Amino acid sequence: MNKTSLSKRFFASPYMIWAAIFIIVPLIFVVYYSLTDASGAFSLEYIKDIGRYRDIMLNSIWLGFIATIISLVISYPLAYIMARSTTNVQRTMMMLVMLPMWMNLLIRTYSLMILLQDTGIINTALGFLHLPPLKMINTDGAVVLGMVYNYIPYMILPLYSIMAKLDHGLIEAAEDLGANKLSVLSKIILPLSLPGIASGFTMVFVPSVSTFYISKKLGGNTVSLIGDIIEMQFKSSNNYNLGAALSLVLMVMIIICMAVMNRFTSDEDDGGVLI
Amino acid sequence: MEDNTIISLKGISKKFDDEIILDNIELDIKDKEFITFLGPSGCGKTTMLRIIAGFLEADSGSVMFEGKDINNLPPHKRQVNTIFQRYQLFPHLNVYENIAFGLRNKRMKEKDISKKVEEMLSLVNLKGFQRRNVASLSGGQQQRVAIARALAVEPRVLLLDEPLAALDLKLRKDMQVELKNIQKRLGITFIFVTHDQQEALSMSDRVVVMNEGQIQQVGTPLDIYNEPKNAFVADFIGESNILDGVMLDDFKAKFSGAVFQCLDKGFAVNESVDIVIRPEDVDVVPVKEGAIIGTITSNTFKGVHFEMIVDIQNFKWMIQTTDYYPVGTKIGIEIEPDAIHVMKKSKYSGMFGDYSSFSDELEKLSDLTEEED
Repeated sequence: MNKTSLSKRFFASPYMIWAAIFIIVPLIFVVYYSLTDASGAFSLEYIKDIGRYRDIMLNSIWLGFIATIISLVISYPLAYIMARSTTNVQRTMMMLVMLPMWMNLLIRTYSLMILLQDTGIINTALGFLHLPPLKMINTDGAVVLGMVYNYIPYMILPLYSIMAKLDHGLIEAAEDLGANKLSVLSKIILPLSLPGIASGFTMVFVPSVSTFYISKKLGGNTVSLIGDIIEMQFKSSNNYNLGAALSLVLMVMIIICMAVMNRFTSDEDDGGVLI
Repeated sequence: MEDNTIISLKGISKKFDDEIILDNIELDIKDKEFITFLGPSGCGKTTMLRIIAGFLEADSGSVMFEGKDINNLPPHKRQVNTIFQRYQLFPHLNVYENIAFGLRNKRMKEKDISKKVEEMLSLVNLKGFQRRNVASLSGGQQQRVAIARALAVEPRVLLLDEPLAALDLKLRKDMQVELKNIQKRLGITFIFVTHDQQEALSMSDRVVVMNEGQIQQVGTPLDIYNEPKNAFVADFIGESNILDGVMLDDFKAKFSGAVFQCLDKGFAVNESVDIVIRPEDVDVVPVKEGAIIGTITSNTFKGVHFEMIVDIQNFKWMIQTTDYYPVGTKIGIEIEPDAIHVMKKSKYSGMFGDYSSFSDELEKLSDLTEEED
């Protein structure tokens, strides 16, 4: 063993220990709890039990998917415009994207609640205009809005970073060869930004599917997501085994979704950018 | 306007942040000719190309294509195609799809596309490369794909923006010949941009020498070399000794303290002029037979010839000979009438053509900085 690999190992060791304690060990616990019963004996009872939560799980994935698509549709043109702006405009826009992230997620979600409530700011304003009030809080729409609002920066950032790197000369070359604006977008910009789309998709989809706080505050009792059920198992029902089983299945489902997503984007050889 | 003019530039001017890049350019480009914009970096040659391609808009003036103003025509509707300096091949597409890109925009049938791609690949000697990833190709091969891609759409005019700058010397020479052949075979107009005078002289039908946003001279390579219009052109194209002189009368020029017969006329009596003498046109003779006399201050072997710096009345000349003379030798110099070229004084007079600070290393350095551009 030579010197460099020794020192590499030395400097990597804190991370290795950290990863072992906070990533590997918890994962082992999740697997352990999900495959045992309350007495600690091996059991598939809880895995089998999950069928009961199938609809909630599918609904979570569905809402997470909708939120991710909406984020993508909003972020894509924004990231493109940002990447094409002058440095000063880019900095300002970047600041505006990042700024909400400096505030706590709970506070951001609370403020959405105040806007959307039956007697909230929007409905009060509608009342002034003699318009009928809108039912917004405790709907699927409110939950999706919460997801988009909280997680959209994670979509904008990877898209922006890949578009800023995109060589403008390629766009000129495409125009030169007779491509109009639409074909430049579909044949050049879109395929070259696929890695950014893939990482943005991951970073919005995963937290959206597993969120519990957003659905609790904005969905009330009418919309509950798999995250809420899992939280309940650990906090109030004290059923660690079921909670772990649900987490495990959710993890597998997310991995399957990501694998499907990556199939569409993996023809790019230089890989995605993950910030 | 002549019938065979394909593109004419009428009074094109362009400024970037108050800096004048192009200053009232007037130029007619003929159909099927190989024309080169030649000049140092920053002379506006690339800007001119980009205006013709449609990537930039001129501040004033117009670009005419076969007599029609195309100022407002976007790049994708122009019948011109560009070979970019850094090729700009599409990294997510293979060689076939890169070449087919323009054809697909024309909505051609797949069968015709495949035929055309095949034809283009054989034109640039890349048969069988269809499925290759463009990133796996060498610089020269990428260059060929770029040429094939631009020519596949059968442009009337091909714009080439320093396309050979990134290739090594040997490959560059080969590509020069090849490009020239392709141009002759396809019979389309090539507008070539370069800062390499060798390249310009060996490939072009006509050369447009540019500096500081202005056209200095337009002519055949031979014209440009033999009859430079001013000191800038004389210095930029090849090596030149540029001397202060006086036209005593028609066919009679005085410089370096001696009177010479020459072939130039039409100047005012005693008009002060610039005299250009190419280093290879100077005859070295014994001291007593020479019209003027100088001392050799340096001598470098160049393979085909010796390159000497000769001090003549404190003006350093460059002289190329096939005979060897040691440093310090006094030599006589004779110049044939047809080797003397007389130019009117211009704003470049006195700026070029003295070899007192000349060194090979400096020359190479300045070449390098230009290539980085």
